[in-house]
Amino acid sequence: MHIPTIAEFFPPTIAFEGTIFEVNRITLVRLLSAVVVSALFWVAASRARLVPGRGQNVAEMALDFVRVNIAEEVLGEKRARPHVPLLTTMFFAILAMNITGVIPLLNIASTSVVAVPLLLAVVAWIAFVVAGIRAHGAVGFISSSLFPSGVPWPIYIILAPIELISTFILRPATLTIRLMANMLAGHLLLLVFFAMTNYLFVEASAALKPVGALAFAAAFAFTLFEIFVAVLQAYIFVLLTAVYISLSQEAH
Amino acid sequence: MEITGDIATIGYGLATLGPGIGIGLLVAKTQESVARQPEVAGQLRINMFIGMALVEALGLIGLVAGFLF
Repeated sequence: MHIPTIAEFFPPTIAFEGTIFEVNRITLVRLLSAVVVSALFWVAASRARLVPGRGQNVAEMALDFVRVNIAEEVLGEKRARPHVPLLTTMFFAILAMNITGVIPLLNIASTSVVAVPLLLAVVAWIAFVVAGIRAHGAVGFISSSLFPSGVPWPIYIILAPIELISTFILRPATLTIRLMANMLAGHLLLLVFFAMTNYLFVEASAALKPVGALAFAAAFAFTLFEIFVAVLQAYIFVLLTAVYISLSQEAH
Repeated sequence: MEITGDIATIGYGLATLGPGIGIGLLVAKTQESVARQPEVAGQLRINMFIGMALVEALGLIGLVAGFLF
């Protein structure tokens, strides 16, 4: 039986070993999902008509979901406008790389290794810092995020370091860990149930074989749950980015 | 009887308790509020997800810590 371990996420190198361009299975899945997403939107955009067809309708609904239900809901219609392209790109990039976790043959979420979530979190960090600097100026932004108003001044001695850590370090750190750990946990969960099914069907005694059906049902249910988690994590990541942008734009 | 395994597993089990209670409370209270005032459901849902993300992070840190240490 194949017992899932953390080594699952560090497959052997395929090409360019020893350089920073090392390619392994997960990197290939990433490239594939990038190509697929780009191709899908390219096809949808190149055939765009004033009266949308079926494919264009789906693409427009997906784009509208990010614009209306995330960006405009959090930031308001006017403030959302400059951030919609970034948020949309992030949403579909994360969604595509999460969903590879349940696609047969690919079977690994390419966001389950720290590199991609970290990169995305850095992008989010830059986005909300730049938004804050644009709204208040560099000095204004830093002082408004470190010294929130409405507090007696001695409290600032404690509050400023807490705000510094929570705003500029914990925000990107939790974005990274949340996305990575969710996909990692999901992958391990699926592996455990499929390995259990395999073991019970192939190696267990006859009396235990029916339990294998149960394990398979659980594996199937968790596959559906993983699809839900893939969408939910993309949603939460982008939602929190929008919230952070909104918080740094608002004057304290 | 002898039991072998990694004590970190128990640690993760414990780490899920708090966030489990937290997410339960969050969702329950949001449902209650939506039932009272369906017109602000959108705003409540967003706040719920933000809160959930923060609570969930604790459970996930427990998971990652199991692999790290």
